[in-house]
Amino acid sequence: MTTDVAPLSAPLNIGFDYTRSLGPVLSRFMTALAQRQILGIKGSDGRVHVPPVEYDPVTAEPLTEFVEVGTEGTVLTWSWCPKPVEGQPIQQPFAWALIRLDGADAGLLHAVNVPSPSDIRTGMRVQVQWAEAPTGHIRDIAYFVPTDPGTSAAAPQAPPPPESKRDDEDRVTTIITPIQLAYDHTVSAEESRYLRALADGKLIGQRCAECGQVYIPPRGACPVDGVPTTTEVELPDTGIVTTFCIVNVPFLGQRITPPYVVAYVLLDGADIAFLHLVRGCDSADVRMGMRVRAVWRPKAEWQTSLSNIDYFTPTGERDAPIETFARHL
Amino acid sequence: MRNAAVVGFAQSPSVRSTQGTTNGVEMLVPVLSEIFAQTGLTKADIDFWCSGSSDYLAGRAFSFIAAVDAIGAFPPINESHVECDAAWAVYEAWIKILTGEADTALVYGFGKSSAGELRRVLSLQLDPYTVAPLWPDSISLAAMQARLGLESGRWTEDDMAAVAARSLADATSNPHAQRSGALTDNAPLIADPLHSYDVAPISDGAAALILTTEERARDLIERPAIISGIDHRIDSAVLGARDLTDSPSTRTAAAAAGARDIEIAELHAPFSHQELILREALELSDAVRINPSGGPLAGNPMFAGGLIRIGEAAKRVHSGDASRVLAHATSGPLLQQNLVAVMEAQS
Repeated sequence: MTTDVAPLSAPLNIGFDYTRSLGPVLSRFMTALAQRQILGIKGSDGRVHVPPVEYDPVTAEPLTEFVEVGTEGTVLTWSWCPKPVEGQPIQQPFAWALIRLDGADAGLLHAVNVPSPSDIRTGMRVQVQWAEAPTGHIRDIAYFVPTDPGTSAAAPQAPPPPESKRDDEDRVTTIITPIQLAYDHTVSAEESRYLRALADGKLIGQRCAECGQVYIPPRGACPVDGVPTTTEVELPDTGIVTTFCIVNVPFLGQRITPPYVVAYVLLDGADIAFLHLVRGCDSADVRMGMRVRAVWRPKAEWQTSLSNIDYFTPTGERDAPIETFARHL
Repeated sequence: MRNAAVVGFAQSPSVRSTQGTTNGVEMLVPVLSEIFAQTGLTKADIDFWCSGSSDYLAGRAFSFIAAVDAIGAFPPINESHVECDAAWAVYEAWIKILTGEADTALVYGFGKSSAGELRRVLSLQLDPYTVAPLWPDSISLAAMQARLGLESGRWTEDDMAAVAARSLADATSNPHAQRSGALTDNAPLIADPLHSYDVAPISDGAAALILTTEERARDLIERPAIISGIDHRIDSAVLGARDLTDSPSTRTAAAAAGARDIEIAELHAPFSHQELILREALELSDAVRINPSGGPLAGNPMFAGGLIRIGEAAKRVHSGDASRVLAHATSGPLLQQNLVAVMEAQS
């Protein structure tokens, strides 16, 4: 059954602080940055790369010869960024540039703080503006500014990265870079019907027109036939436990205190089981084939979510024989 | 050694935004039915399936796993995935056919670029130590590359605009194109020196392609597009270490793929000036018809854009418009990785 109603969507914000060990070359570079020095490395052809590369970009030879380069340099090319995105060094319109630092041959990519595109040009001289509190990270260079004084005011910056990790000799050994991404996450039309039905206290599955299997939640396409599931089937909130596990291990983000039972519940009339909780009995009493029914949260708390069912609980009926659900294992 | 040939190709429209999921199922189901109807094959005929897509685009781990619902993955199938444009999945499928591990392969690619902020998401393909933590966005990087060419005299703003004008004009006859028509006067500078027409639109879309052995291809279609050469190469990931106005990896791949005497070339250049770089690296003469489909500037679904170039080029062989065509695909920042495929009517 199709519908003209738009699918459900919601913001999906994900983030992770990537912690990366540096190795000898980048460790020296980041350690020097924390001391407000910039190191390059000499390539097989004598060209000096900044930031230093571990292996020569042309010959792939390992590189070891560090060279301190200047904190002033020349713009090789640039572009104008009128709408900065989150995390970029400057949080107002600014220029990106490849900058050849004095003593280097290859360009370093960074931001240049100038008020408008008419304030930057190829060949212009720029200098490092250090971050107020260096952490041992590429963003210890806050941004570059023209060497001609008086052309720019301090720019709003992205939040500084966390302090990098150091060893006993105070070398920077690990950098931490927070990565955050924002999405508009949309569920399929079939899943939207299922989630909206949950808000009405109903469990909706859909039947594949070709093989007749009933899927809950319904799928964008039947995994057997590759066609969308279309025929709606209302399912009861009773079923059986096909298989289960007892969670004894605490982990980040856990909402229930262990031990507790996570089970695959196969609703009566469905051809696929879904994961939920089994409560209301001792964990040791949960069995494969045990009949269960949904315990719904109070109606006032219902959302477009399977969390409207708080958990499944034993009905006390006779267990289902294994042969009736073996093909779902 | 035996040959492989493209026998079918289907694609969704490229659109700014779909209501579908990031696993691409809704876009893929009609594309797959179309390609099966076109070739007369069924899913039972497919020995090997290979796809291209990205978790970063979807914002979910293992996002390609959900997409296999669209291909009917039960009973179990022989399936693989590249975290790259699906043109690279074509390469994997081509190897499978040449080595005799498969006779028929279906390759698909999909991307819902509209789900996140594309130019920011793409920052995460850069060096994670010294570059990605600055979040340089894909459009700003391309703008720096364009300026290098402009200021060194390699090309002019008029050359760039001519690429865009030709692409949008050609796209008027492509029903899958996202944008087409004439260049607008006063097109805004979206990242100096790039105007809006110099930059491929943000596109959601999907595509699928079927490869078979040459022998089977001749039973299925009158003029199969036989892959006479395919190769892919990579340039340094260090942006400051290479000449950004050139594409040596494309040049090397083209030589290895035997790219000469080309009649039509489909080039995967998401920015107008990158087509100029590719034309030079591929040594294409003015007689070569470039991107008659309108190319990526008319629609560029991430992770399917390169696959679409191979499909569009193959279609020109199928239809009899050309006997020897070239398809190019790129992946990574600023033409870092490049694939060149040469297809012809007869080997």
